[in-house]
Amino acid sequence: MTDEPKSPPNGGTSDKPVQRAAPAGPVTSPQKPAATSPPKPTPKPIVKPEPWASPLLEALQERFPGAISDALIFRGQAFFTVQKERLIQVAEFLKSEGGGSYCLLTDETVVDYPKREKRFEIIYQLYSFERNDRLRMKVLAGEAETVPSVTAVWPAANWLEREIYDMFGVVFEGHPELKRILLPEDWTGHPLRKDYDILRQDPEWVRANLKIESGQ
Amino acid sequence: MAATQEVARFLSDHSLVEATLKIVVVFAVLSGLVAYLVYLERKVLAFMQARLGPMRVGPWGILQPIADGLKLLLKEDLVPAGADRTVFLLAPVISVVAAFSVFAAIPYGPGGWTITNPNVGILLILGLSSLGIYGIILGGWSSNSHYPLIGSFRSAAQLVSYEVAAGLAIVSVLLIANSLSLVAIVQRQQQMGAWNVFLNPVAFVIYLIAGVAETNRNPFDLPEAESELTGGFHTEYSGFRFALYFMAEYTNMVLIASLAVVLFLGGWLRPFESVRWLSLLKYAPAAALVGAAVFVLWLGLKSRVRAERIFFAALAMGCVLLAAVVAMPAVLEAIQGVFWFTVKVMAILYAFIWYRATFPRYRFDQLMTVGWQRLIPLALSSLIVTAIMLVWTGQRLAPLLVANVLGGALTVLILSARQDSGRFRTIEGATR
Amino acid sequence: MAEATFLDSNELLVNMGPQHPATHGVLRVKLRLDGERVLGSECVIGYLHRGVEKIAENRTYAQFAPYTDRMDYVAAVTNGMGYCEAVEKLLGVELPPRAQWTRMILAELQRIASHLLWLGTHALDLGAMTPVFYTFREREEILNIFESYCGARLTTHAFRIGGLQYDLYDEFETDVRKFCDYFPGKIDEYEQLLTTNRIWMERTQGVGVLSAEDAIALGVTGPVLRGSGMHWDIRKAQPYEAYDKVEFDVPTGEHGDTYDRYLVRIQEMRQSVRIIRQCLERLEPGPIFGKVGKIIKPPAGIEVYHSIEGPKGELGYFVVSDGTVNPYRVRIRPPSFLNLQALDKMVRGHLVADVVAIIGTIDIVLGEVDR
Repeated sequence: MTDEPKSPPNGGTSDKPVQRAAPAGPVTSPQKPAATSPPKPTPKPIVKPEPWASPLLEALQERFPGAISDALIFRGQAFFTVQKERLIQVAEFLKSEGGGSYCLLTDETVVDYPKREKRFEIIYQLYSFERNDRLRMKVLAGEAETVPSVTAVWPAANWLEREIYDMFGVVFEGHPELKRILLPEDWTGHPLRKDYDILRQDPEWVRANLKIESGQ
Repeated sequence: MAATQEVARFLSDHSLVEATLKIVVVFAVLSGLVAYLVYLERKVLAFMQARLGPMRVGPWGILQPIADGLKLLLKEDLVPAGADRTVFLLAPVISVVAAFSVFAAIPYGPGGWTITNPNVGILLILGLSSLGIYGIILGGWSSNSHYPLIGSFRSAAQLVSYEVAAGLAIVSVLLIANSLSLVAIVQRQQQMGAWNVFLNPVAFVIYLIAGVAETNRNPFDLPEAESELTGGFHTEYSGFRFALYFMAEYTNMVLIASLAVVLFLGGWLRPFESVRWLSLLKYAPAAALVGAAVFVLWLGLKSRVRAERIFFAALAMGCVLLAAVVAMPAVLEAIQGVFWFTVKVMAILYAFIWYRATFPRYRFDQLMTVGWQRLIPLALSSLIVTAIMLVWTGQRLAPLLVANVLGGALTVLILSARQDSGRFRTIEGATR
Repeated sequence: MAEATFLDSNELLVNMGPQHPATHGVLRVKLRLDGERVLGSECVIGYLHRGVEKIAENRTYAQFAPYTDRMDYVAAVTNGMGYCEAVEKLLGVELPPRAQWTRMILAELQRIASHLLWLGTHALDLGAMTPVFYTFREREEILNIFESYCGARLTTHAFRIGGLQYDLYDEFETDVRKFCDYFPGKIDEYEQLLTTNRIWMERTQGVGVLSAEDAIALGVTGPVLRGSGMHWDIRKAQPYEAYDKVEFDVPTGEHGDTYDRYLVRIQEMRQSVRIIRQCLERLEPGPIFGKVGKIIKPPAGIEVYHSIEGPKGELGYFVVSDGTVNPYRVRIRPPSFLNLQALDKMVRGHLVADVVAIIGTIDIVLGEVDR
């Protein structure tokens, strides 16, 4: 984690014009894949993810041809995207000894890119005690698509997936008890979606349960 | 003069009047004692826990019990929806009546210092005090709520279990005293020149532990374990009905302490009555008052508030005056018994408070284990040993004491060989 | 723990919380009971949900930092530290040594404060009412140091992205040294009250046993995981700040029960004192701020996950940038949330009284569970 070259980039000198409308995703933006930008010879501050090469990735690609894409590394943190259909197999492989025994699912969350074709990027943060290594696995899902649940592989995903369902409305297939966890059961809307305004609420629910006109 | 004679004659003619007066006095003193026991508990706990305790109402918070009582009186008396109204309203009364009525049979001093002296005193007390549990069970049940229900379950089971151990411990005292009358038990200790605690310390320890359990106090305060059951059986009670439960609980504490004193610590007897040069102890009441005066004076000197200084000075003066009165031989003789009784009771109450500051709470199954698998076998063995020794060597101090201690130690050894939970462990990484 | 049922009696559904003295906040646990034995449990959380992650998307990087204090409000310093480090990692900033040592000192003090609060309330849950006053007395000393340093005691916002806002006050070293000198003796006092106390041992040993495998499967981290015998501390495994330059041990339990977790946390406090002492040795005058622009604006399309060893477990921040001054997404990985997930596994078959002990031993803060 500490082995990456450290150099202080100036936060202001981003070399690209900021595109507010379509936030450029690091991995899946089809126009300018981050991996294709050639590394410059001069030691410039690392501001872009670089292609990731490792025996584990080779093993993954060999075992699941075509399922792994966009394998990158940034600040010593490797991540890659998995085809949704192969998610469970890849997860099981990663948890097994041959795959590095990534047996701790540290976190599971979603980043929402509403402008993309598949707006949800589900992110699995994995940790292997044996290799003392972290790995980030991503799965893409569209608005109406379901995602296979990894609760069978990592039971820790139970509440994490419930939270994602609660906050983003992503439905997990095979989850034992998929219901809201932080918000009330009868709440409408999924607040962490980008199109859910920060001031928005469920006025019906507020009126019915809190007996007030507005929660703000 | 004639009027006094008249009154005296009237009193001797109508024994009921005398009894009523005594009852009123005992009730008043006991209520005050209970109220100030709460204050004492809060102060002692605060002292042990690096804080001050009640400080606001009156100097050093000494009016706090009165303020608490008033507050509880004025609070709304809630009856939860779905509760069995009659039972709910009646339950705390049962508890408090049972707790107070027991004190009729307690001898506070020699001669007339008792309301009544029934020849089955100890049975009467045990029977009456067990009635108090009905108040708890009914109160918990009629609340129509889960936590009080669990609390009263626990209370019932706990009381039944520990009553057995306490009863067995008491029986060994009865064997020694050959009587059921409390006055006779104390007189017996006087005759023998040794308190029962020195004849049978095992029974004393058992009685004390069981007594703590019967009063639902830490470490046996499961029926009202607030971290588990919010308030236990009295969760749904408020206002004065809650105060009644509260009073019943503290009155029971006083009862257990009084019984322990009567049964094991020689009741009203002064310590070391047989040692000639220690007869100086006779002046202890006066000395205690002088000590109190010094303490109060010290408090007053520490205080920066003028009114408080005056108040404390006056209080100290009062104490000294009282000490002078008490030091008069006639008065000294008269209050001797009740003074020592009170001192002993207070010592045991202090120990109860001390437990509360020290111990975590038992779990329910552990409580049952302690009661049934440890205390009751121990009490039984102590009873058997006492009985054998009484038949064999008669009422002599040394053999009884030795046999009881040995028997107790042996039983504890046997019991602890069977149970081995709770081992001290330590872990790596210790660098002190 | 026999599985015997209580005369085939009906199951009793008891609702513990959200207003209950032993649930440490607004946790609600639905318990299915058979008599007093727990057949199953379900946690209902979210009463303290404030949408911290949503707020993050609508604030600048620097503006969001104080919000992190409100999550685990008994360990605000560590929370802020995790967030600042995550953003610093995103920017690639390196801290000057003085800032690092200061952060470590304050973070370890905060760890002690958090453990002290845990110890006091845990003991109180088990009916020992005295330790809580002693632990709060010592916690007060720590809070006083925080107050002298940054003016706040609870939600400190002690650090800024790129370093420290304030340099240390003059008597800081004396104050911390004084604390380090007298605090281990106080730990001995707590241990005298509890460690060898028979009732305490009976109440905690064999209660809420969690095997290391189960703990890992359920994503449990921190002292709870170490109590199960897993020798894993992020400060050792993947050191941040300058934890690789100090010496300390990672205490681990063996049985995975409540007693071992208690011992682990007690030892962790001693280790924290050890770390603080070493940090004080190396604290030298110097700059306290790294090279960070006035406006924090990381380049677009980068993301970073950074986690630290909070007092309760792995506290992770996943920050995604879209090139604006606002983070595109901040995901907080709360240790309490995942540790609480193991509650059901731990309480089954135990008694109601043990539920209280187990909730206490997990050491949750609802502000963090619900965010």
